[in-house]
Amino acid sequence: MKSILILGGTSDIAIAVAEVYLAHNFKIVLAGRNPEKLQLVKNDLTIRFDGDISTKLFDAEKLQSHKEFVDTLDHLPDLTVCAFGYLGDQAMAKQDLEECLKILQVNFTGAVSILNVISERYKQQKRGTIVGISSVAGDRGRQSNFIYGSSKAAFSTYLSGLRNELFHFNCHVLTVKPGFVSTKMTAHLQLPPALTAKPAQVAKAVYRAVKRGSNTVYSLGIWRMIMMVIRLIPEGIFKRLKM
Amino acid sequence: MRQTVYNWGRYPKVKVDLKPLRFREDLNELTLDPCIARGNGRCYGDSSLSDSIVSTTAFSKVLLFDRDRGIFKCQSGMLLSDILDIIVPKGWFLPVTPGTKFISVGGAVASDIHGKNHHLDGCFSNHVLELEIFCGNGIFMKCSTEEHHDLFHATCGGMGLTGIITSVTFKLKRIETAFVSRIQEKARDLDEAFYLFEKYASHTYSMAWIDCLKGGHSFGRSIIMAGEHTPFGELKTKVKTNALTIPDGAGFNIPFELPGFLLNGYSVKAFNELYYHKTRKKISYDIVNYDPFFYPLDAIGNWNRMYGASGFVQYQFVLPLKTSRVGLIEILERIRKQGLGSFLAVLKLFGKQEGMLSFPMSGYTLALDFPMRKGLLSFLTTLDELVLKHQGRLYLSKDARMDAAVFKASYDNLEEFKKTLNKYVPEGTFTSLQSKRLGL
Repeated sequence: MKSILILGGTSDIAIAVAEVYLAHNFKIVLAGRNPEKLQLVKNDLTIRFDGDISTKLFDAEKLQSHKEFVDTLDHLPDLTVCAFGYLGDQAMAKQDLEECLKILQVNFTGAVSILNVISERYKQQKRGTIVGISSVAGDRGRQSNFIYGSSKAAFSTYLSGLRNELFHFNCHVLTVKPGFVSTKMTAHLQLPPALTAKPAQVAKAVYRAVKRGSNTVYSLGIWRMIMMVIRLIPEGIFKRLKM
Repeated sequence: MRQTVYNWGRYPKVKVDLKPLRFREDLNELTLDPCIARGNGRCYGDSSLSDSIVSTTAFSKVLLFDRDRGIFKCQSGMLLSDILDIIVPKGWFLPVTPGTKFISVGGAVASDIHGKNHHLDGCFSNHVLELEIFCGNGIFMKCSTEEHHDLFHATCGGMGLTGIITSVTFKLKRIETAFVSRIQEKARDLDEAFYLFEKYASHTYSMAWIDCLKGGHSFGRSIIMAGEHTPFGELKTKVKTNALTIPDGAGFNIPFELPGFLLNGYSVKAFNELYYHKTRKKISYDIVNYDPFFYPLDAIGNWNRMYGASGFVQYQFVLPLKTSRVGLIEILERIRKQGLGSFLAVLKLFGKQEGMLSFPMSGYTLALDFPMRKGLLSFLTTLDELVLKHQGRLYLSKDARMDAAVFKASYDNLEEFKKTLNKYVPEGTFTSLQSKRLGL
């Protein structure tokens, strides 16, 4: 039985990914900070899918604990999905160092730290797939959310480098760049329905892309075009825009 | 974040603050301006609209499913459709279900919904074992018919005014197959329809489609539909291996609001004529999946858009048994003369019902919908008077316009409800546009 480790296991995208992989008979390990929430999600998935699901405590911000986390896994999963993230508040983060560092820490340093450990194990066994949930916000910095955006840009760059490295060890890295997704992270925002994916759509895109061995997947697909246009706007013009 | 929110009738529409609920613990951090819980927005009017709304759509985890005893517990935002997906393959069904499966279980409790089996099985609340409610101020209350029974009876049918339901535990119904054996019989007129409801009284499920526009000797012509869950032995051999398979949900969607003029006296008359004569036989029997039997309209996504941008109003009333015949004749005659065609008119015989604000009572209920247009509201006010005259009442989940006086005159247990509300809930914690309008 193949297995999947989902880091940030109580996020909406994580739950949707778990559902898709349960339907394909994967063994699931959900990792997250809050034991009650993990238990709630595990219980719900177990009743609905009759699958093999376990939980494990994991805190992206506690960098020192990451090696031990991997050491104490029952076995190394075939697939690791890095699904945790923190949107934060841009305006607040500009004023408040703590909020700013939390955004950078969760989205970038935390992700790098845990994936460093896991990718080394994958290299040794010459087998394994890593999925990083990044964001279209990292494709170009915009005034409305560039602290979050830059942390995701850094994460995307990390993933592309990691993909390059692991390729030579028969391992694969997939970068997922969701556009708007209707999740708890965005519940307070009013998003345009045509550009907003449901978590289940992101999860299906992840499953397909892993199977195909794709490198980067946008969800929804339209975002690839949107971000291409946004990247092509010359900086001299872009800086004048209010986005 | 303020956004435009409206319910299934697409009237009224309000700009409000929508707060999503995901975890029970988040309620402790809820800033308590007057708010109301809202599930999937399938009530028709303003019951779940307020200045501030707690949305439970993401608060939808299964908490327990006892497959041997048929007990189900979940968070209040879970949809009946999701519950069916889990329980049907294991040989269980909802004890009571309304005409759509896209409502939340919290909504089912707050509206104390009824189904085609009300005459035998009562409302949803008759099958609820336990509720947990957040009553404001950090207080979570457990209640049932034994524990805090007054809170329990005020919450069932209480339109969300006792608080935010966090979990619902209820009993399921055993089924051998996912199919329903259906009987359809035509009634020439209203009296024959009444006769047929008596005839099918022992059937688990019964309801009738009624033609509101037909006058003369066919006045009140109907098609009565009755059904039973199909026993395994009665299935054809080729479907026996799929006896408990969930039906394929693929259907048709109305992608935008149709122009309002499409539904008028003529088109509705034509539809009714076709519908009544779709079979020539007086009685027909068939075995169908539970979806077309219970949820025929769910196959048409967004069917509410059929009524155009201005929306529509559902009008459902119940009359006590002793006045049902006279009252229905008077009301149907009034509707017919007005020429306000109701496309979907459904008649049903209720059994007895307890509860403080629960809608059903022993007698006949008629559900109608009218496209929103000039003059409709004043016409409905005249219908209210007829309903009151015949000692009936209106269904709060479908109401968007009743005035406080009509409400007070028709709900007998109102004082008891208010007393219970004062006992458990800090004043003004949970209010909706409806509760303000009705003076609750």
